[in-house]
Parts: sequence; structure tokens; C-alpha cells
Amino acid sequence: MTAASPPEILRAPLVVEFPFTRSLGPVQSAFLTGLREGVVLGVTTADGKVMVPPVEYDPVTAEEIRDLVEVGTTGTVTTWAWNGSPRPNQPLATPFAWVLVRLDGADTALLHALDAPGPEAVTTGMRVRVRWAGERTGAITDIACFEPAGDGEAHGEAAPHSGEFADAVTGIVAEARLDYSYSPGRAQTAYIAGLSEQKTIGERCPSCHKVYVPPRGACPTCGVATTDRVEVGPAGTVTTYCIVNIKAKNLDIEVPYVYAHIALDGAGLALHGRIGGIPYDQVRMGLRVEPVWTEGGRYPDHYRPTGEPDADYDVYKELI
Amino acid sequence: MARYAREVAVVAFAQSDHLRRTDELSEVEMVMPVLHQVLAATGLKAGEIGFTCSGSSDYLAGRAFSFTMTLDGVGAWPPISESHVEMDGAWALYEAWVKIQTGEADTALVYSYGKSSPGSVRDVLTRQLDPYYVAPLWPDSVALAALQAQALIDAGETDETGLAAIGARSRASAGANPHAQLSGAVAQGPYQVAPLRTGDCPPIGDGAAAVILAAGDVARRLCERPAWITGIDHRIEAHSLGLRDLTDSPSTRIAAEHAGVFEAPVDTAELHAPFSSQEVVLRKALGLGGDVAVNPSGGALAANPMMAAGLIRIGEAAARIHRGESDRAVAHATSGPCLQQNLVAVLEGDRA
Repeated sequence: MTAASPPEILRAPLVVEFPFTRSLGPVQSAFLTGLREGVVLGVTTADGKVMVPPVEYDPVTAEEIRDLVEVGTTGTVTTWAWNGSPRPNQPLATPFAWVLVRLDGADTALLHALDAPGPEAVTTGMRVRVRWAGERTGAITDIACFEPAGDGEAHGEAAPHSGEFADAVTGIVAEARLDYSYSPGRAQTAYIAGLSEQKTIGERCPSCHKVYVPPRGACPTCGVATTDRVEVGPAGTVTTYCIVNIKAKNLDIEVPYVYAHIALDGAGLALHGRIGGIPYDQVRMGLRVEPVWTEGGRYPDHYRPTGEPDADYDVYKELI
Repeated sequence: MARYAREVAVVAFAQSDHLRRTDELSEVEMVMPVLHQVLAATGLKAGEIGFTCSGSSDYLAGRAFSFTMTLDGVGAWPPISESHVEMDGAWALYEAWVKIQTGEADTALVYSYGKSSPGSVRDVLTRQLDPYYVAPLWPDSVALAALQAQALIDAGETDETGLAAIGARSRASAGANPHAQLSGAVAQGPYQVAPLRTGDCPPIGDGAAAVILAAGDVARRLCERPAWITGIDHRIEAHSLGLRDLTDSPSTRIAAEHAGVFEAPVDTAELHAPFSSQEVVLRKALGLGGDVAVNPSGGALAANPMMAAGLIRIGEAAARIHRGESDRAVAHATSGPCLQQNLVAVLEGDRA
């Protein structure tokens, strides 16, 4: 069976969120704790260069460096870019300049935002100072942004610092959220559209004739497109199974229950589903099953025995 | 000149049309046609390829191990020797080249792809930045390139007119490239992040590319005029932007020295410069004069499918050699913010 016309390609929001918990070494810990305390620290390399923000290893020699110094909270812009349309999560919601700032006493520059009325107020070489965040936690965002400073404000020297603070910050949580609009493409759109009519649609490989469910658009064995749509099932055969004894979080299914690989009639490989309507200890390889749909369900809730005799092993042995 | 143990050449190259969106295609459906094209060009079957390597990024796809899906397009049965880099395909090509140098393979299939359309690529790319000091500020890829552009302007190496000319030349050249996403006269447009305007930035799009590498006589058998990789090297800068001189690219220069770029003139340069300002940096690092055809394909300003655009530079340079339009070309690929990582390859054709 080949479907008449391809359904409209599906799209749906997909959100990827990951709060990475990261530990800090002694240098990063001192730097971020320092920000919480209103102090900016750097490190001194073997050849006397002061790196702010501090690195843990010399970028030239790869030697471990731990010599902390305190630098100024005023500095000089080394380059900048005017951001007329701030994006979500950026330091300021109003137009601002991205800046690399060489703080007084440092030899390298720190990336941050500069709050300025417009691009005409920003130049390379201008003097800026740190604007601290109201509430500080030990993160780079403890610097809310930079703001213009008068030319007269002091150019300090780097001074040695122990890096010791009470209640040092030892880790950060790096929050991230990315928003996507996911499209599964032609083959999976047809599969999902079929499910909405309680049909299971696969695709046949024109070369080896295997029918894939769910289809992904390609035969992984032959490396060619699978374009011939085929309706499989609804009934199928249990090819293998396991008994689940641990209740999953947020899952309203009583244990023990059976999870099985089911080769739908006409399919070239098994998909997986839960087996219901039969005691868990009576499920077996070869059991004939059919899907059970719940009201408004977008995929079979589970599979139950059809009552047919079991399939011969030879019929499904290639699909295990 | 025996720089390496074995002679290795690019013997086939194919790329998809690069498009703003490809919702109807899954990644494997986008990749499969270019795989079939390079295989057809050489007459090789998937099972005859010695090594397969791909480049892509889970962050573009928004899901883990996304590259395993596109392997379906290769025909990986019986089992094949395969690897993947979470990088532009140019680095997958480097891995495949090493595999051939070791003698473990005589041929390699290299492919890469990226669909930027499902997400916001400017935001997605912030996740490759230093997670302690930089990523929490979410500086997007255009913002970081703009800092580099301003540094170049301050240093007197270019100005906004000069940058606009690079974009205009690239898109004019792309008129001869049927795969390009943007070609012809494109308005320079408003500032995205000043000093960079829309015309200084690459289009966002989806695309894929593939090449086949072969060693020695196998290459001569598969291709009328193989594009011999006579040099290849890649280098990386310190990852903190504030440690670097953004007006220069020492990593590109060192990679070029090791690849032998400066040992003889090149007639073609395919540079992976997603932003117009980056071409200024690369021309200087590679010492390119006005007589070199730079990005005759249109370059990344005409089509910048993430993870494939660098491999495409190598493929475009090789294709010019295949066609007899170049004798000695330099191809460059980059990855990361402000030209952080750079790969340089020299490709040469046999002289008549």
C-alpha cells in the first residue's frame, strides 16, 4: 500500500534544558568567590603577565599557575561591539555594548557587557568600571555589567592576594535552555499521522524489501531511501520480553508488568510495548497480541493477547 | 616531496543545496543523496569503503547521539569501520586522512551535515563557550565576531566599506554555484551587532557534504585528476578571547606552515570565513595576494551549513583541481568563536 498524498510535515516545540553542576578548582573558586566579595582576582604567569579572568595553566608553557593577584575594578576597553537587540539571557535587556575590558593591573581582557546610552558613547580605549550585581552568588554574572568611568579614575597595580575567603564557592550550576522547533521529517510524519488513525505505517526498502517501523526514511542495511509506505499489524507476535519489577517514577503502572518486543504482522523488525490483559508470568515468546488504544491516545497504550494460537518460532526467529 | 608516508587525494565531492529550512527532510534524508553521489562518482559501493568518518553536532539537532541516525544512510551492514567527530567535517576528513596514512585503509568516506533551522543557531553556539566565565553571559556568535571586526577596524586593517566588499564579492561569485543559499546582489542590511551588518554575516541554513579520499594508485584509478592532499594540519588558539590578538590568526599561520602552503604559490583559496571580517584575518595569516582566487564558490558568506561548511571548502578546492581549474589550492576550515580552531590543507593536481 502506498499512501496517496504525504501529510503536512509535523513540527512541535522541543526544549532542551540542562543545569550542569560544575566543580571549581582553586583558581576558579578564588575568582568567583572574589566576585561575590566585590574583589577581582587574576593570576600571574611565570613571565609576569597578569591574566584576568584567571587561567589555571599557562597558555604558553602549560605550567600550572596558582599565584593570585588582585586587580582593579576599573579598566580599559580593548574592543567592543554594539548590541542593538539583546537576546534572551544576555546581561542587559536594553541595547548595550559587548566589551573586552583590560582591568587595571591586568594584561589580558575580560568579556562582559557595557551599559552605555548608545554606540556613539563607546570607543576602544575608553575607561570603564565594574557595576556589581545587587545580589551576588559567586558567578561571572556578579558583575552586572560595566559602566563608563571618568578618565581620572585610578589605574591600579596588581597586588598579591591569598585567594582565601570564608565560605568559598566551590561549584557553579550552569543553567542552559535551548528552544527548538523539531520536525521529524517526511517518514516519521507519516508514521505519526498514521497513529492518529490507529494505523501503524512502515516503509519498505526497495532493495532488501524489509519493512521498517517506525520508519526513519532509510534502510540502514542497504543505505537507500525507503519510500514505499506499508501498513503493518494491527496484530503481532511477541519475539522477546522482560518482566519489570521496579516502579518507574511518575509512571502509573503496577509492577510487575511485562515489556516486550513485538513484531507486527508484515513488519521487518520488532517495536516495543507493554503487554497487558494476561498475568505477567504467562507472557511467552510467540504470544499473539494486538494493540489496545485508549480514548484519545496517540499510540497504543499496551498490547493484549488476541487468543490465537502461538506463532511458530520459525516464523519470527529472524525478528528477535 | 615526501611529506607523508602515503599519497592521499580527494577523489570525489558532493554537496546538497543549502536551504534556510528543510522540515520535510530528516537528517538522514538530507545526507543520503550526497553519499550516493560520491559513491556513484567513484563507482565504489559502501561495503568497499575502508573507513567512514562523519562530523556533526548534537546541539544543532537538539538530541543526543544524533549522528547515529544518519549512519542509516551509509548502509552499515555488514559492519563497517566508522568514527565521528563532534566538529566540522573537515576534522572528520583529517581523521580519515590519518587512518589512510597508517595503512589501515585505502579509501575513506567522509561526510558532514547540519540543520540549523530547528533551533536558534546564534544561541546554540553559546554552549560551546567556556562555561565558567563566558557562557553564562550568552554572547552569541555574531557578537563575538563583531568584537573581532571592531578590533580589525581599530587596527586599520579594514573598514565597513571593505567588509561590505567581501560580502558582495562572495555572493557575486556564488552566482556560479547552484548549491549556494545566497547569491547575486544582497543588500548589506542593518547592523546585527555593530560593526557587522547582515551582509557581513553568513546565512543560516541546512546542508550536507561528502567526499571520498583514496590513496595512491587507488586514487588514480577512481579519478581522472585526483586532488592530492600534499599538506594538512590543524591548530587551536587559547580559548579565552581576552588572551588573544583577535586581529591575527597564529594558529592558521602555523597550520599553513606545517601544511607547506608557503613553499609554492597557490592559485585558489577556499577559506571558511563565516564573517566578512574573518576573511581579512585569514588572508593575512595565509599571505594571500590579489592574484589568488579567494572563495570562487562564494564561501561561507553564501552558504554556511554548520559542521559542513569547512568540509565544503576542501571539497570545492578539490573539485576545481578535478576540473582542471586549479593546480595548487589552499583549503581552510574553522570552528569555534573568532577563528578559534583552524585547519589548513594544500591540494594539488598532477601537472600535464
